[in-house]
Amino acid sequence: MTQPDFVTWSDSIFQILLNHRIRQVAYVPDAGHLHLINQCLQCSDMVSVPLTTEEEGVALLAGAWLGGERGVLLMQSSGVGNCLNMLSLSSVCQMPLLMLVTMRGEQGEFNPWQVPMGENTEQLLTAAGVTVYPVSRGDQLAAAVATAAAMVYEGPSAAAVLISQRILGAKTFEQ
Amino acid sequence: MDSNRSKQYPLHRREVVTALLDHRDDMLVVAGLGASAWDITAARDSPLNFPLWGAMGGAVSLGLGLALAQPSRRVLVVTGDGEMLMGMGSLATVAIQSPPNLAIVVLDNERYGETGMQTTHTAGDVDLAAVASATGFSASVTIKDNLTLESVLPQIRNGEGPIFFNIKICVEDLPLVLPPKDGIHLKNRFRLALLGTDTAV
Repeated sequence: MTQPDFVTWSDSIFQILLNHRIRQVAYVPDAGHLHLINQCLQCSDMVSVPLTTEEEGVALLAGAWLGGERGVLLMQSSGVGNCLNMLSLSSVCQMPLLMLVTMRGEQGEFNPWQVPMGENTEQLLTAAGVTVYPVSRGDQLAAAVATAAAMVYEGPSAAAVLISQRILGAKTFEQ
Repeated sequence: MDSNRSKQYPLHRREVVTALLDHRDDMLVVAGLGASAWDITAARDSPLNFPLWGAMGGAVSLGLGLALAQPSRRVLVVTGDGEMLMGMGSLATVAIQSPPNLAIVVLDNERYGETGMQTTHTAGDVDLAAVASATGFSASVTIKDNLTLESVLPQIRNGEGPIFFNIKICVEDLPLVLPPKDGIHLKNRFRLALLGTDTAV
């Protein structure tokens, strides 16, 4: 992946979020979301909410929906385990929940501590009732986010787009 | 840990919550799972109550999302010390957003009430109001008596948030007063009452 490609895909995702009237952007940072988070932070139509742990975002966005606003949760795969019990909120109440998850622990991961969650992200989300859209090609990313956003807000339902390290490039100590 | 201390507190949770919700007007109320959800229901069930039956640790975060979405409405989160301890980081998240319409009340009996009255960390030296204060809440107070509670009720209802009140209440065994537990029903009745029939946001 080249840097300009990555910026282009982030731009596409940002535009999809705007099109879907996403207002609350909850996030625990990941390098893969860097550009998108910065765009959301600078957008006057969005409220960006940094979290101390990802599960806060699941509850936050349920509250947003009760109050008539839409949101998105940006996180990396290592945070999926933190969300599991809180996902009962989306499941039991059928709260819309759109998650964009950058993957760790797969292609070329240098840190073995990221692997256990990375290898099981899809299964864990599926078990928790979240529809999963894994994407491993950059040119398919925008379409997957658009599909997931439509599923979530026409549903309502919970969906996660898993953004592969094949797109992002594996993190190294040098990066 | 002092397992006897909270037996002596003069305030009773149901009376505290009844006082909080008296003259609630159009306040939006979120309750953490367990006794806090039974308390707001005992005071009077309302479509503008969102009692949690699970999602432990999430009451404050849910209240924050609601407060950000509805800046013109008062949002009150009522929860217990065990639930608050599980979501302590959410106080930091609230402080960073600093929503002026959000008030948080913890009913602190220093026990896990639904699981056999085991002591929580607040039966030790853990001070939840000090935690909230350290994250940056402008007002964060521990309340132990009725006179002080009466004096802060207007602030809880209308004071500039985010504000945090840790109310020490006595351990007691109360009859369950259960709200509806169908999550979809709770969601839909809340959104209908708040947003009207045009809920297609």
